[in-house]
Amino acid sequence: MGSYSSSTEKKLARMRLRGLIKKEIHQILRDPSSIGIAFFLPVVLLLIFGYGVSLDAEHVPIGIVIEQPGPETNAFVAGFMESEYFNPVFFQSVQQAESALLQRKIMGIVWTRSDFTRRLLGGAEAPIGVIVDGVDANQARIVQGYITGVWMKWIASYAKAKGKLLSVPVNIKHRIWFNSAVRSRNFLVPGLIAVIMTLIGGMLTSMVIAREWERGTMEALLVTPVRIREIILGKVIPYFFLGMGGMALSVFISIVIFHVPFRGSYLALGLASALFMLTAIALGLIISTAAGSQFVAGQIAIVITFLPAFMLSGFVFDINSMPLPIQIITYIVAARYFVSILQSLFLAGNIWPIYIVNCCYLAIMAALFFMIIKKKSHKRLI
Amino acid sequence: MLRRILALTIKEFIGILKNRKSRMVLILPPIAQIIVFGYAATFDLKDVPVAIYNEDQGEISRQIIARFKGSRVFRIIGGLQSDDQISPVISLKKALLVLHFHEEFSKDILKGGHGDLQVILDGRNSNTALIALNYVHTIVADFNRSWAKKNGVGSSPARLITRSWFNRMLDSHWFIIPGIVALLTIVVTLEVTALSVAKEREAGTFDQLLVTPMTPFEILIGKSLPGLIIGLVEGTFIIIATCYWFEIPLRGSLLVLYSGLFTFLLSAIGIGLMISSISLTQQQGLMGAFMFLVPSVVLSGFATPIANMPKFVQDLTLLNPMRYILVIVRSVFLQGAGFDLLWTQYIPMAIIGIVSLAIAGFLFKRRLY
Repeated sequence: MGSYSSSTEKKLARMRLRGLIKKEIHQILRDPSSIGIAFFLPVVLLLIFGYGVSLDAEHVPIGIVIEQPGPETNAFVAGFMESEYFNPVFFQSVQQAESALLQRKIMGIVWTRSDFTRRLLGGAEAPIGVIVDGVDANQARIVQGYITGVWMKWIASYAKAKGKLLSVPVNIKHRIWFNSAVRSRNFLVPGLIAVIMTLIGGMLTSMVIAREWERGTMEALLVTPVRIREIILGKVIPYFFLGMGGMALSVFISIVIFHVPFRGSYLALGLASALFMLTAIALGLIISTAAGSQFVAGQIAIVITFLPAFMLSGFVFDINSMPLPIQIITYIVAARYFVSILQSLFLAGNIWPIYIVNCCYLAIMAALFFMIIKKKSHKRLI
Repeated sequence: MLRRILALTIKEFIGILKNRKSRMVLILPPIAQIIVFGYAATFDLKDVPVAIYNEDQGEISRQIIARFKGSRVFRIIGGLQSDDQISPVISLKKALLVLHFHEEFSKDILKGGHGDLQVILDGRNSNTALIALNYVHTIVADFNRSWAKKNGVGSSPARLITRSWFNRMLDSHWFIIPGIVALLTIVVTLEVTALSVAKEREAGTFDQLLVTPMTPFEILIGKSLPGLIIGLVEGTFIIIATCYWFEIPLRGSLLVLYSGLFTFLLSAIGIGLMISSISLTQQQGLMGAFMFLVPSVVLSGFATPIANMPKFVQDLTLLNPMRYILVIVRSVFLQGAGFDLLWTQYIPMAIIGIVSLAIAGFLFKRRLY
């Protein structure tokens, strides 16, 4: 190398890098699966998720058993008929209802005994039996809440009709900020973008270096004057732009098709996405360098990118409620920071302290990952 | 024929297990994941940070705050002095919710019989916000009941007596962890099978395999067995961890559970091999596995219920084997269900398995391109 002047050397370096990028782009274009994962997957997933995934239960099938109907029970049942949360199904006996619950045809049972009206009018506390299917505990709790709501409404109007004062000393008035309609889609969709971007960055790049080793093309590259830094840059740059394209598409779909409000700045979003993309790609490259074979690389990629992004990012499950050791683990999941940034930018706007702290974490992770890559990569045969 | 299949199976196992790294990725992650995800995946909240803005001088707000202090769910991070402090404390995620007692709160209750408690929640994760709000309602309802009792004012004429079946404490771990059995099993099985044909295609050895006396059917079985065995072993490991580490009751029979696991593995292997035989390279195999895996996890009912999805997506989930195994695993664990309740779940998985295996075998010799 010493024989070249430094300006020629720079020019040659640029040329080599351009050549590598060109080669990588050809490889991406020739293999439809890369394009697929960058563009097809986000679109399909966002559509399915946006339309399909919701934690808001509606039209819950619920069994109703009224052993002795009367005007009082009719008013109570009417509450369930009117509610959009329920789809009431009537049963003659509680045994029938219980067997329907066992077969998972209904999510719960509301049951009044034959002496209900008598006890109600007699002034004794009349019991209403409620059974919920606890297999899905989260849904069960939501259904319980809905049933309580119907019951409270009925009690209030019953007491009013009887001219009784019903004692409800403390009345809760709640306001839910940033998502007042409580649409779970509004937070699931931005979270999903983070999961998809993790996939794209990690999956696309995890195999690219392992592939070169496995096919023997790495050895061919090694005998050329290409530097290790150039090989890495040649991998990062094309996949970075591919990933950012997928990102832009995802944001577009979230806003235009799903009407998720976007209250922050697009510039901030772009910057954070670029940082996250670099982290994801760097992680993919580390996997690729460490794995050696595509089989191992692919498996590691699934295990340390997709599943943690899904489970440990705070995208569905609340990080604060996890046990402390698990919370510590979430700090090394890059998606955690990106989910936080996205949910804030989409729903709350530019909350700079949150934005900057999370971006710093992402930048530190990216820098760390690239340092590891530099140390791990070598221009020699294993 | 049996000897040929056995030979191929052994060769596949050697291919998977000879390399130390590839052995490790099959064994270590499931152990780490069942532990980490088992603890992480919960919808139950604890240590929810609460800020209190108390303008009230009276006794009642103090009693209510004491109840919040005593609750395991909430952690009080401090008091606010003015309206302007509410917004930053919520926006910066210092608190998930703010309880606001206005000046006349206690007075209103003592004089007029009722007062309003304002609750402001961070809705960025609206599910968490709703769950937290439910907890607030529970605490306040308890307070109301004891207040009514103490002051002898009209208690409610009818009351709800709620029981929840199968999971009395409504612990959401009981719902999620049996689901992880299905999740990790399908991940491992797809990993093993989705690359198995593609790897040989890439190396060119698959053509060699095709010119041996082995029929596509024999190749199919030889390629399926490693996935089946590895899937069963890992599934068993995770089931043991579910029962003994997380102490989730296994109320049904192992026969029902394992019949489900076996049928499920059959469908997962079929899909994995189908993806693999369409693919020309390992990268394509892996991407294909992913494009199947991600939607099938998301649309399986693992974290969000299928019943909440719109009709056409619900119909789409009928093609997803994970949907059925989740019902089987959860029903067997929590409900103790038998074949009589679950037979409708086995049949679709078996059909998916047979059809996809047939397509995979068909594609061995006839590539699409």
